[in-house]
Amino acid sequence: MQIFTCPFCGPREETEFHFGAEAGKARPEPAPEISDAAWADYLYMNEAPRGRAREIWVHLTCGEFFVMERDTVTREVLTVAALPGREA
Amino acid sequence: MSGWRLPSGGAIDRARPLGFTFDGRQFEGFAGDTLASALLASGTRILGRSFKYHRPRGLWGMGGEEPNAIIDVTDAGVTTPNLRATLVPLRAGLEARSVNASPTAERDCWAVLDLLHRFLPAGFYYKTFMAPDWMRWEPSIRRMAGLGRLDPGNRPPADAVPMNARADLLVIGAGPAGLAAARAAARNGRAVWLVEEAPAIGGALRWRGGAIEGADWEAFAADTAQTVEAAGGRVMTDTTLWGAFDHGLYAAWERRAGRGDRHWRIRAGEVVLAAGALERPLWFANNDLPGVMSAEAGLHYLSLYGVAAGRRVLVACANDAPYAVAGALAEAGAQVTLADARADTPEAPEGVRLLRGARISRARGTREVGAADVDGAHLDVDTILCSGGWTPTVHLFCQAGGKLDLDARRDALVPRPGTAPMQVAGAANGAFGLQAALDEGHRAGGGTGPAPRAAAAADWAVMPMRPDPASGGRQWIDLQNDVTFKDVKLAAQEGFRSVEHLKRYTTLGMATDQGRTANFAGLAALAAVTGRSVEETGTTTYRPPFAPVPFPVIAGPRRGELFNPPRRLPLEPAHRDLGARWRDYGGWLRPATYGEGDEAALAQAEALEARQAAGLYDASSLGKIEVIGPGAAALVDFCNYVRMSTLEPGRARYGFMLSESGVVHDDGVVLRLAEDRFLVSASSSHTASVRLMLEEARQDRFDPRQVFVHDVTAHWTTLTVTGPGARELILGAGIAEEVAALRFMRVAETAWRGVPLRAARVSFTGDLSYELSVPARHGGMLMQALDGARAAVGACWIGLEALMILRAEKGFVLVGKDTDGVTMPQDLGWTGPREKRTDEYLGRRALFTPEARRADRRQLVGLEAEGEALPVGAHAVPLEGQRRSLGFVTSSHMSPVLGRPIALALVEAGNDRLGQEVGIFHLGETRRARIVPACSYDPEGTRRDG
Repeated sequence: MQIFTCPFCGPREETEFHFGAEAGKARPEPAPEISDAAWADYLYMNEAPRGRAREIWVHLTCGEFFVMERDTVTREVLTVAALPGREA
Repeated sequence: MSGWRLPSGGAIDRARPLGFTFDGRQFEGFAGDTLASALLASGTRILGRSFKYHRPRGLWGMGGEEPNAIIDVTDAGVTTPNLRATLVPLRAGLEARSVNASPTAERDCWAVLDLLHRFLPAGFYYKTFMAPDWMRWEPSIRRMAGLGRLDPGNRPPADAVPMNARADLLVIGAGPAGLAAARAAARNGRAVWLVEEAPAIGGALRWRGGAIEGADWEAFAADTAQTVEAAGGRVMTDTTLWGAFDHGLYAAWERRAGRGDRHWRIRAGEVVLAAGALERPLWFANNDLPGVMSAEAGLHYLSLYGVAAGRRVLVACANDAPYAVAGALAEAGAQVTLADARADTPEAPEGVRLLRGARISRARGTREVGAADVDGAHLDVDTILCSGGWTPTVHLFCQAGGKLDLDARRDALVPRPGTAPMQVAGAANGAFGLQAALDEGHRAGGGTGPAPRAAAAADWAVMPMRPDPASGGRQWIDLQNDVTFKDVKLAAQEGFRSVEHLKRYTTLGMATDQGRTANFAGLAALAAVTGRSVEETGTTTYRPPFAPVPFPVIAGPRRGELFNPPRRLPLEPAHRDLGARWRDYGGWLRPATYGEGDEAALAQAEALEARQAAGLYDASSLGKIEVIGPGAAALVDFCNYVRMSTLEPGRARYGFMLSESGVVHDDGVVLRLAEDRFLVSASSSHTASVRLMLEEARQDRFDPRQVFVHDVTAHWTTLTVTGPGARELILGAGIAEEVAALRFMRVAETAWRGVPLRAARVSFTGDLSYELSVPARHGGMLMQALDGARAAVGACWIGLEALMILRAEKGFVLVGKDTDGVTMPQDLGWTGPREKRTDEYLGRRALFTPEARRADRRQLVGLEAEGEALPVGAHAVPLEGQRRSLGFVTSSHMSPVLGRPIALALVEAGNDRLGQEVGIFHLGETRRARIVPACSYDPEGTRRDG
């Protein structure tokens, strides 16, 4: 049972969180200009790095999405931060 | 009949005899005994039958590693299956029963299976039950499989609430290393949790004895416990640490005789693993006979319980540890022969005949040990105590990700430092010997200065012992799962050379003891057979639990309704008074029907009355999410398939929420209450996810200061009145004319009897409907008023079963029931926004992929059939040609108003098949049905306005 730190609520157990997406993935649009391959890439392809990963998570209890950097091997949480432009 | 009780000695109270039964026979032990020590003292040898061959098996060990003495125990009316006799404290009146034996372990009618062992090789089931008719054997195999018997009538008590704890330092194992670590840390003021599986702290000191810091070890142990508790820590005995999880979380099972076992989740800052080591067996023919025991266990029972394992004892070993065992047994009066495989050995203990360079090759006897062959000589013995070396207990280290190295000098796989977030000390680290354990423990606990001094000899010398490929007979490697050396050889011959494959093919190490006495021998045997080193062979993966833990302990009180508590309606008591029958609908407890009688008949009558007069139902569980602010319209537009920003305030529109893959996630009506205020409805079970999708878009795509999302579901009680008499009914309840006069898909925020009332003319039944919402605390008043006006109209309360009929008659979908994980809005007939919208919305691009454009997508249709309702889930098949699935029935009811069955289905290119007949295939039978539009009642919508 990992402990993640919500930038708004502090350290909480992982069951209170959901994975959102890998950070830095921009939604391709407008739809008519996006190829099938590019859309499929956006939907289904992930880097899934071994080691350091930068991800968007949501703390279900407060509803805030945030950026978390963690190590997928050691499970260490490296940094957490509110979304750009938001203050924790 | 060989074990016997000494007239004195041990930590038992001979003045307090306790009666108990085993396999129906009466026995007597003493207070302080375990079930294992009492049975050993009684001379009972056969305590169980082996898993596969039903061979007689007796006691091997002294703790959680016990592979054979698995017992179902009934104590104070509660039966717990599959307990290790070694861990069960004896209590008066305890009833014990052997497992995997019929009728008793002594006389097991399945013992004949052992004669067939030649025909039951490794991988027997894989090889044998592959023929087409293998299923014929399944029932009998299932009857024979498994160990203990569950009593379905017995619900173990679950009154112990699971506990959570934090510790600066968690020390696992309270032997000398664990004690030294805990003491050093507690002296530095740290909160230490010292957890021990046995009923008392001390580890091997308890039976081996010893002096520490110039005094008896017990003074040292007592001082440690006191220091730990004084520093705010805790000492827990009878507690098995069964799992290491991420971020320093450890799970523990605390056994509390008579008070209900308890589960602990301990979050530890640092961890010292001092779990000791387990004695390995030796490998000779018939090494599974009752009477073959771990040498250390022999000393354990002698010192702690005053029980000698036998009268004529052979101690077989290749290391120094069992010399103390042999000496103690000789002193107690047993006739002891010590066979050491080494030529260079310590001195023989007094009264012990020592054979140097001697190896045991066979145990003789059919039901128990009667003799032994040592270097070709026949020895007349009744008990064989073995020590094939020591296996450090590294399970938790490996669970936490640790790696192992082979320490050749100690012949053991020991933790590689730095590969898991814990320190390992003592025998678990391969440090065999008292002083070494104290040194390592002291350092691991952060101790400065000199470690506690022990008056003891140096480390034990160990000579590696291995199964001998050349020797004959059946040599058992895994006692609990009946795996022999021959099975390992066979597996290697057949190509299962990876240790993980070996495990699965032979089941080695897969029993409830997780192969604690077997794994090292198994991989050493595989290494020998395949000509590789032990390190090259590697180990299997260690996973929790370390020991079998009863499910009720982990669950605690979280079962039944407490496992996943249903949400409940604020008006539940009032519905109960009306005779509601309750059921879980998507996590909400809601009325299924009202009144006594057959449920299907009640639902039919309620649905019919709602169509003929009016029906009332509680819709409070429907999700209500407010989207507020100047940015609300843009957010709702983006999140909905249907544009909502063009709604005027006071109006409502039906729409869908799609996932980015274009699949329908939820449907519902959106009300625009004001320019900057929307109320998004969600299905009862989708409210949380819909709110989250809105939040994600809000925070990720829009300016979150311009729009807020607020789930107000619990704030409101919503009662819906539907049917031709609905208008008359609400007027009768004193609700304003302006509400009664609302047009379809309009919403009004008004007041009634001084409380806020929101009324919406939306309909889930196709009939004239009013959705009336008041703040939850005023729900009772609204319900009373509506109920009072009911009789004049001839209306009735309808449950969810009737509502399901009404909405299916109209072809209204339930997302998740009438849709599946690939259904897109165009499959439900909602093509407009897909074709017309030019702005971005959730899931838009995915509606235009090649998959989304396929002509043969499954589409929502209705089905017409004769006779009874069609079975839900039945597949539609072509009436001619090759049978294949065209789709399936998603909802099906008898329609009381139409007097015939109706159904909804997802059918391949369903819209192109309207009017065609298909087969509905179910349990080998095919019925005929006609594909029709989904709406089978009032398709013109004439009833919508009453």
